Amino acid sequence: MIETYALELIQNGKRVDGREFTQFRDIEIKENVIETAEGSAYVRFGNTKVIVGVKIGTGAPFPDTPNEGILSVSAEFTPLASPEFEAGPPGEDAIELARIVDRGIRESKMIELEKLAITPGEKVWSVFVDIYIIDNQGNLLDAAALASVVALMNTRLPKLDVEGNIVKGEYDGKLPVVHKPITISVCKVGDKLFLDPTKEEELVIDAKLSIAVREDDKICAMQKQGNKGIEFDFIEKMVDVAIEKSKELRKLVK
Amino acid sequence: MKRTSKELIVGGIRTDKRLPEQAREIKMKVGNIFSANGSAEVRFGRTVALASVHGPRPLFPRHLQESQTGILRVRYNMAPFSVVDRKPPGPDRRSIELSKVIRLALEPALFLEDYPKATVDGFIEIIQADGSTRVTGINALSLALASAGIPMRDLVAACSIGKVDGTLVVDLNGEEDNNSEADIPFAMMPNKNLVTLLQMDGILTKEELMKLLDMAKKMCKKIYEMQREALLEKYKGEE
Repeated sequence: MIETYALELIQNGKRVDGREFTQFRDIEIKENVIETAEGSAYVRFGNTKVIVGVKIGTGAPFPDTPNEGILSVSAEFTPLASPEFEAGPPGEDAIELARIVDRGIRESKMIELEKLAITPGEKVWSVFVDIYIIDNQGNLLDAAALASVVALMNTRLPKLDVEGNIVKGEYDGKLPVVHKPITISVCKVGDKLFLDPTKEEELVIDAKLSIAVREDDKICAMQKQGNKGIEFDFIEKMVDVAIEKSKELRKLVK
Repeated sequence: MKRTSKELIVGGIRTDKRLPEQAREIKMKVGNIFSANGSAEVRFGRTVALASVHGPRPLFPRHLQESQTGILRVRYNMAPFSVVDRKPPGPDRRSIELSKVIRLALEPALFLEDYPKATVDGFIEIIQADGSTRVTGINALSLALASAGIPMRDLVAACSIGKVDGTLVVDLNGEEDNNSEADIPFAMMPNKNLVTLLQMDGILTKEELMKLLDMAKKMCKKIYEMQREALLEKYKGEE
């Protein structure tokens, strides 16, 4: 079984594809890949491929934030991406992934939502981030989070006519983006820590801590995953790795 | 994010008269649901969580069975009347995610490999919510599992920590939660020193995070003692 092999290798300080523990697979980023979306990105980590499309609409604000735009993040694990994915409403893994990406964007204050009111209290911009998994070969979260950030950075705001309706196909400025959160999932097997797991490596992980880090090294979201606990003293090491590595990935985002 | 202009901490005292590192009044009761194999009720101030455990029991439909191990299923649910604005019944995205992370917070404590093809079903109902509901639910379900007689490596103790008005605090209430600069639900097996739930949203420096985790660990040790007391209270005199 390939996962037993992956586990043995990790325990001996090696990986199935010969990478270093803190080395990502080769990363490819393409911007504006979907013409019908207001913002979009394609991100590839090795053979893992994710497309994120951003659609912009207008709507009523939430009552507790009358002067802020609305951000909504969803993820679809499309059946074309993996034999394990099934058609139908999002399962718990897709919902969890979307909610972690959402927290990274929202809590980092990446988008200035308070600048997205059209008529305060009545009408605001809604930003819909839809994550589409195209090919699952591991580490969907980090790829999806990166693709979401890139897509939001190139998102255009539609033009409004005098009555405040969207003029289709015409644009007026960009989405106000001020921070760049980067999500790094630190994986743990025994006392070994490594990044960017392949699909085989994901099957043998004890636990994983996903950490979103801003450019000022502040931490804006975390989620522990995997079905074993993490030794209390390990957490600091994992946070250090995430902060360090986030700098490297952020350089890929223009 | 802060949405109120109200000062939430004045002179080091919180709106409900607590000190930063002080939890609300915690009450635990084991065995309140007769029809379940195990059950518990945990209160953190006004937050009330009920938990029950059915099983280990055979898992159907059969294709869900695992031949080498049992599985744990968890449902976290909030009652429609538990919050100020009625919450429509049934699962939403939040409760689906919480059910998953709560399951993963408790799974490390169990010996599921002893129950091939079976399921242990844990149910959490939040009947009154005032912040920190998932950690209250974890404390309750951990007690319910133990009272169901399911062997455990350790109890799982949980609490929330966060940053409110620039101060690092333990056990956020609803108002603090809605206006916090950061909040962290946390659970661990205190005797194993293993962290089983760690989520965070907000903005923190690494130093603040590390300080908060130490506060959480300390509080979880206290909660563990209370859980132990609650179990002993239930079974004292029984032989």
